[in-house]
Amino acid sequence: MKEKASIILHCNAVTVEFDGFKAVQGMDFELKRGELRFLIGPNGAGKTTMLDVICGKVRPTAGKVLFKGSVDITRKKEHAIAELGIGRKFQTPSIFHTLTVFENLEIAMSQNRGVFATLRARMRNEDRERMMNQLAMIGLEAKAQWRAGRLSHGEKQWLEIGMMLLQEPEILLLDEPVAGMTDKETDKTGELLHAIAKKRSVVVVEHDMEFVRNFASKVTVMHEGKLLKEGSMDEVQGDDRVAEVYLGKRRDADAGRTTA
Amino acid sequence: MELQMRTMTPQRILVLIGYAAAAVALFCAPLYLSDFRLNLLAKFLAFAIVALGLDLIWGYTGILSLGHGVFFGLGAYAMAMYLKLEASGGKLPDFMNWSGLTSLPWFWKPFGSFGFAVAAGLLLPALLALVLGFFTFRNRIRGVYFTILTQALVIITTTLFIGQQAFTGGTNGVTGFGTLFGQSLGKAETKQILYFVTVIALFAAFVLCRYIVGSRFGRVMRAIRDGENRARFIGYNPAVYQMLVFCVSAALAGLAGMLFVLHVGIISPSMMGIVPSIEMVLWVAIGGRGTLIGAALGAILMNAAKSTFSESYPELWTMFLGLLFVIVVVFLPKGLAGLFPQIKLRKRRGMEHEGEGVHYSAL
Amino acid sequence: MDVTILQMFNGLSVSSILLLIALGLAITFGLMNVINMAHGELIMIGAYATYVTQTLFKDLFPEAMFGWYFVAAIPVSFMAAFLLGLLLEFSLIRFLYGRPLDSLLATWGVALVLQQLARTVFGAPNVAVTSPEWLNGGLTVMDGLVFPYKRIFIIGLVAATLFVMYLYIYRSHAGRRMRAVMQNRDMAACLGVSTRRVDALTFAIGSGIAGIAGCALTLMGPIGPSLGTYYIVDAFMVVVLGGVGKLIGTVIGAVGIGMTNTLFEYWTTASLGKVLVFLCIVAFLQWKPKGLVAMRTRSLDS
Repeated sequence: MKEKASIILHCNAVTVEFDGFKAVQGMDFELKRGELRFLIGPNGAGKTTMLDVICGKVRPTAGKVLFKGSVDITRKKEHAIAELGIGRKFQTPSIFHTLTVFENLEIAMSQNRGVFATLRARMRNEDRERMMNQLAMIGLEAKAQWRAGRLSHGEKQWLEIGMMLLQEPEILLLDEPVAGMTDKETDKTGELLHAIAKKRSVVVVEHDMEFVRNFASKVTVMHEGKLLKEGSMDEVQGDDRVAEVYLGKRRDADAGRTTA
Repeated sequence: MELQMRTMTPQRILVLIGYAAAAVALFCAPLYLSDFRLNLLAKFLAFAIVALGLDLIWGYTGILSLGHGVFFGLGAYAMAMYLKLEASGGKLPDFMNWSGLTSLPWFWKPFGSFGFAVAAGLLLPALLALVLGFFTFRNRIRGVYFTILTQALVIITTTLFIGQQAFTGGTNGVTGFGTLFGQSLGKAETKQILYFVTVIALFAAFVLCRYIVGSRFGRVMRAIRDGENRARFIGYNPAVYQMLVFCVSAALAGLAGMLFVLHVGIISPSMMGIVPSIEMVLWVAIGGRGTLIGAALGAILMNAAKSTFSESYPELWTMFLGLLFVIVVVFLPKGLAGLFPQIKLRKRRGMEHEGEGVHYSAL
Repeated sequence: MDVTILQMFNGLSVSSILLLIALGLAITFGLMNVINMAHGELIMIGAYATYVTQTLFKDLFPEAMFGWYFVAAIPVSFMAAFLLGLLLEFSLIRFLYGRPLDSLLATWGVALVLQQLARTVFGAPNVAVTSPEWLNGGLTVMDGLVFPYKRIFIIGLVAATLFVMYLYIYRSHAGRRMRAVMQNRDMAACLGVSTRRVDALTFAIGSGIAGIAGCALTLMGPIGPSLGTYYIVDAFMVVVLGGVGKLIGTVIGAVGIGMTNTLFEYWTTASLGKVLVFLCIVAFLQWKPKGLVAMRTRSLDS
């Protein structure tokens, strides 16, 4: 029973079908509180679709998604799911490019998001402090008044991560957070991720195996919309089937990172 | 910590002086304008209110409505119905007689009260906007799809108003009234008072829009414009925001319509049709979408230009209007406001929420 | 009963004209994400091209030949609108790709200019085009029920155009390139498809079809500079209803709107009928917000 209580997200036999094509087939997935989980697999394995299902972007054809054991979020709308505490970072940085960095953080910050609340909202000192801390953490203090559209690709990624953190979700879904980053930026993101994972549950879809190896955490391998293997990185790497569908091919080709 | 503080930079002082000068110029206009010109200016100021509302929904929220002529028209008809009933003095309005009605239709009756007419002039457009918004934004019908639906709304509303001649006056519209509270609308003093009422309404609308745009609500509006889905994944429900902005925008158009009738003395379906609706969009496009002052000035300038040129060269005017549309959209997406460099400077500093005229596609 | 059948027949002929108009709109919207408000004026150009052809036949050819002017007018109006479309694409539209709202406004400006030009050249009043003799009269289906030849001819013309378009889109190399660009512009470009040429050609063909529609409209009554505006919004509704990307969606959308429009207007009044049709469209969109057939995209904010 104790085991159950610590599970924050439970996906049960999720199937997603697009025009007859099954992107995800009967996928089961469980995430514990405070867990950092990597979701890997070859292109088209259904990783991103899985994240889409959890955050409400895609409605599953069959199956259920339970949040905190009891809240059924399978049919909820995106904004309602976000309000419940599931945050999502997309593959391409999606920030609000005509808003300043500061304004981006301001609207992302956890708060009452109703229309009348935002009409009356005042910037409180503690909010400002939180935002300044966040700015420092993502290294964008000097650019707080820049229009977000003018930031570099890596900076946009961090801004988005910063926005997600201010949103204070209980589960964070990250889709290839280090794609397109320089080595230095990747390292920094790694540190950030370590820090984040201390307080929240995180699911990361990642292609960069080097990056995944930096973390001693559980890895879920998907293949053709199904669960292939779940375990530590070593276990996963030792698995023949995984090597065949994924790592094997990887070794032949460039072992470095790819973006999909 | 000085990030959001409103320091008195030279630019800010300049802007404030500009506002003050505009206010003085508007309030003193009766001193240096003839009655005829004053009446024209009053009409343009009413149009500026429409432009402000249109800018809220288009410039700031990224939703293009080609249906504001309808909201403007509903406000105008509400006021015209009141004036018509006053003019008919308890008898049946003339056009109803001609169409063979024998008694006043039920929905005309409450318009005998001025308060009801004003309330209806604001709320009817807002309600229509709410209903249309509810059935579109909630289902994520947006971009051109929404725009085309608003245009269809214009067509059916005008056909309906023309078709139901007995209740609406048909093609001729509602006219033939001359008094408000027993005062002649043509009298110079009445015109002056109405002018001041319009100036005050414009200022109130401007302050309201400034407040909305400057609040966190305004930032969410722009966030929705930049990325509706992204805003959704942060936890905002864009549909509710879009509906509310659309309502406010429609109500402002209704307010403008009421004032318009008082100044011009007639409202007919052709004044709320496709061409007027799209012309309203042009005012905002020319002045600069995403800047309130630009939208208002655009409306005033365009109408001033129109009344100067179109009477003498109506054909050239149509050509000019068409070319202007092309030029502004292709070469000047920020409108006239984009031509002023100091606005750009302020924008870069992010101190103000004005001057956000941006170039974007919104589907 | 007879009247209802006649109304349905009329609805079908209205649908077929709507289809001709909407076809070009749907293709350009699907392909380039451009809304062309000047499409209505291309109809007008087609109509005036027919008018000019008729006048030329009257002046230059013996009277016996006059009846055949209409056969010549169809390709003439197609070419007139085609060339204008090509010019329009080259001078304006290509700068507006992927900006549907901006393109809507800019092309509305073009529409104003074209209307004014037509007014200057042909005069503001409507002009009548004399239908050829062989299209007068009608087919008596049964007592009291006559299908006018003109409407039958229009339906046939539309069916023929549709068939040619089907062959072009789904059976020709050019059509395959067009579909490729429509589904994935970048990939098609990488594979060596000249997207510029595909865009220009497709836009021009869509315009040409509008020209044919204009030609057909001369059979229905007098034509004037603002002929296109009567049809353009209805045609857009067809696109909204039918969705983008497949021919069949446009066909169903056109038949749906044309039929309901005619029938509602017959059952109620012209103005109430329009309101009802609009309500039906909004109600339909509650069920399918992207129209009948929708193309799927993977990007977040497309």
